[in-house]
Amino acid sequence: MLNVEDVHFSYASGVEALKGVTLTVKNGEFVAIMGQNGAGKTTLVKHFNGLLKPTKGRILVDGVETTKTSVASLARNVGFVFQNPDHQLFSETVEEEIAFALKNFGYKPTVIEQRITWAVNLLGLTQYRKTSPFMLSGGERKRVALASVLAWDPQVLVLDEPTIGQDHQQKENLRQFILQLQTQNKTVVIVTHDVEFVAECNPRVVLMREGKIVADGEGKDILTDTKVIEQSSIVLPQVAQVFMRLNVKEVPKNVIDLYEAKQLLLKMLEKKP
Amino acid sequence: MSRPCAYFKQAQNMAVIETKGLTYTYPGAPKPSITNISMKVEKGEFVLITGPSGCGKTTLCRTFNGLIPQFYQGDLKGEIIISGLNAAKHPTYEMAKHVGLVFQNPENQLFALSVEKDVAFGLENLGLPRDEMRKRVDWALNLTGIYDLRERSPYEMSGGQQQRVAIAAVLAMQPQIIVLDEPTSFLDPLSAEKIFEVIHELNRELGLTVILVEHRLDLTARYASHIIIMDEGKVRFDGETRDVLGNEETRLIGVGIPKATLLYEMLNKEGANLKGTIPLSSEELAEMLQEAIKC
Amino acid sequence: MSKRLGGSVFDGLKFRKVSSPIHSLDPRMKFIYVITVFVAAIVFSQIIPLLVLFALQIPFVLLARVQKQWLRSLRGAAFLALFIFIINVAGNFFTQGYNLTAANWENAASMTLRFVVLVESFSVFFLTTSPDHLGLALEQSRVPYEFSFAFTTAVRFVPVLAEEAQTIMDAQKARGLELEKGNFMKRIRNYVPVLIPLIVSAIRRSLELAEAMESRAWGATKKRTNLFALKLHGGDYALLSLIVGLLAVALYTFFFVQIPTIRGLLGFP
Repeated sequence: MLNVEDVHFSYASGVEALKGVTLTVKNGEFVAIMGQNGAGKTTLVKHFNGLLKPTKGRILVDGVETTKTSVASLARNVGFVFQNPDHQLFSETVEEEIAFALKNFGYKPTVIEQRITWAVNLLGLTQYRKTSPFMLSGGERKRVALASVLAWDPQVLVLDEPTIGQDHQQKENLRQFILQLQTQNKTVVIVTHDVEFVAECNPRVVLMREGKIVADGEGKDILTDTKVIEQSSIVLPQVAQVFMRLNVKEVPKNVIDLYEAKQLLLKMLEKKP
Repeated sequence: MSRPCAYFKQAQNMAVIETKGLTYTYPGAPKPSITNISMKVEKGEFVLITGPSGCGKTTLCRTFNGLIPQFYQGDLKGEIIISGLNAAKHPTYEMAKHVGLVFQNPENQLFALSVEKDVAFGLENLGLPRDEMRKRVDWALNLTGIYDLRERSPYEMSGGQQQRVAIAAVLAMQPQIIVLDEPTSFLDPLSAEKIFEVIHELNRELGLTVILVEHRLDLTARYASHIIIMDEGKVRFDGETRDVLGNEETRLIGVGIPKATLLYEMLNKEGANLKGTIPLSSEELAEMLQEAIKC
Repeated sequence: MSKRLGGSVFDGLKFRKVSSPIHSLDPRMKFIYVITVFVAAIVFSQIIPLLVLFALQIPFVLLARVQKQWLRSLRGAAFLALFIFIINVAGNFFTQGYNLTAANWENAASMTLRFVVLVESFSVFFLTTSPDHLGLALEQSRVPYEFSFAFTTAVRFVPVLAEEAQTIMDAQKARGLELEKGNFMKRIRNYVPVLIPLIVSAIRRSLELAEAMESRAWGATKKRTNLFALKLHGGDYALLSLIVGLLAVALYTFFFVQIPTIRGLLGFP
């Protein structure tokens, strides 16, 4: 469970990036943090594993204050996958890459071996186990980075802009993967501005702007709230746009799911004589 | 230097880009990245090239201005004629006068310490006189809406602004064709939309031929008259946007068909009987639905 | 709108365009001035001329409003200066039979002051010349374009690389890497997961930059033109006259004037 209590954060340069953020994320929740560049999304999630410590207020991860413990120990529970996998990859083989964190956390060699096998199977990388990560394609490298974080099975997984540069199929795979993690009661937090992806997942959406949370609720409600969206540099999901443009009475405005939209529209079309 | 005689007679050729059986293998690669690509782009078209990761679209872009084969070496077979020039036989700096290339990462296309110096970079390379450069730089800055940012340094700018600088820098060279390889990958949807609007304007107002490689069809399909879908190094679909995206078979390739188009199909499958041209955007679908609901 | 909220040690490297009469002087003229001061500082070993040369920097620093940064660089040089002073005194002490005269002290002070003047004159130059101005000066001089391009591009990417280094460190810390742990050897090995991604990224970046350069007609002609031209203005000519005056005074003093020593003025032998 993540508790963010009135957190303020200023960078060394003096810029105040978080101006009083309060948030609770329960175990097993799937949250998408959205907002414009500079709103403070990445700054906020970097507090979850202690990379940044609040200048005012506090953050509790499973009851432990982040200022009272090291990044390494927080990282055991909060896995962070950065936007660019090339910022993590450095090993000679995919195997060693995945073993890195496990060694840091002091796992025994036999356990490390098991976890590597588990992780490569999970992400379809078995045939690349002995390959150099630098030889793999962009999408494959992203999977190696993900595997290396999942290997130690953290309770919380934070993904920073996981859909950038991904094609349609890769995003679909990611979406399925997150659903799978949810069945294991893992908490998943993504930082993203990919509205269509979020519309397909329909998670809890936390919208940030200028260091504050301006909206927090169900995806379909937040993503269709035009006032709030305009100020946050994201656009309406295309399905919602269609409904927004329909000049028909009693049209629900918070539709983001394709199938729901189809049902509603069929009903509307049947009404005509 | 004298122009080599064009492969096709000028009168016949309205195509600014034409490839025949283009096949390319990167040095040391086990198999070709693109195989037997034959395509044609007419002057003034707005072409969308899309396909799953690894389908060869980036490789294809690099052949348009000669980076392949000159920068990348490797093995290029087949023919490629750009603006009447055989791209494989002319140095990249010569091709740069006809084709501009904008890349995915805005940060790695800007070298100078100020925006105007960056926009002038290509012109300085070509050795143009100062007043001509000044005119073109100001013109390009105005077209992309960043004239006020001309004295800023790239580090201080957002990704969307940086990408507009890259576009201005290419524009200043006044090419006939502009190729953009996933230019909005790193940008948020609003900035991405702005970039697409700028590109659309350039195509409409200046008659610039645009080749856009993109995954986000929901934002771009509406601008393109011509779409090419690639998969595993080959061209699978090549034609008018509405025809191709309306074709059921494209679903098998795994491209991100715009939701409006999918919704239209789903409704018609269940007997909605919507009439009109296949919608590519929410506006088009909404209009169509409005009509259908009213009457 | 700045997308960079990132804070790190390297914020000071972000160059800002400051306007002051000194900043707008032609960098080439400033450079000649600095070289003149440099040569004068080497030619004179007496303390009074060196003090004069040192004092000469101050109006420039004040006009350019870079006092804070200048004092900071002085602080940085102070440590080394003290070291030089001690070495000189000790040297004299041991070679003269454990004896120190007033002359020795004054000489040591001169050597130290010379060092400070040399360092500070260059410091003032770099504090009052923005990198793009410097780049332009390089482009207009006889330096081959490849070098000035390498210079400006390097400067342009310093803040980017710094931010990337920070991100990489964060990413590895998030995988349990503890940079501060372990003995000396372990600590050095701890940096491998930071250095390798940094180097790989730098290589990838150079390839992308090269592609962009080629695509914008790099190498099209040997006769490259320039959007800007540095021209000398009133202030530059004023500086030029200062340089000439300085040279004249220095030459005259060197050949014809018996420079008093501090110890002489104070009545020491």
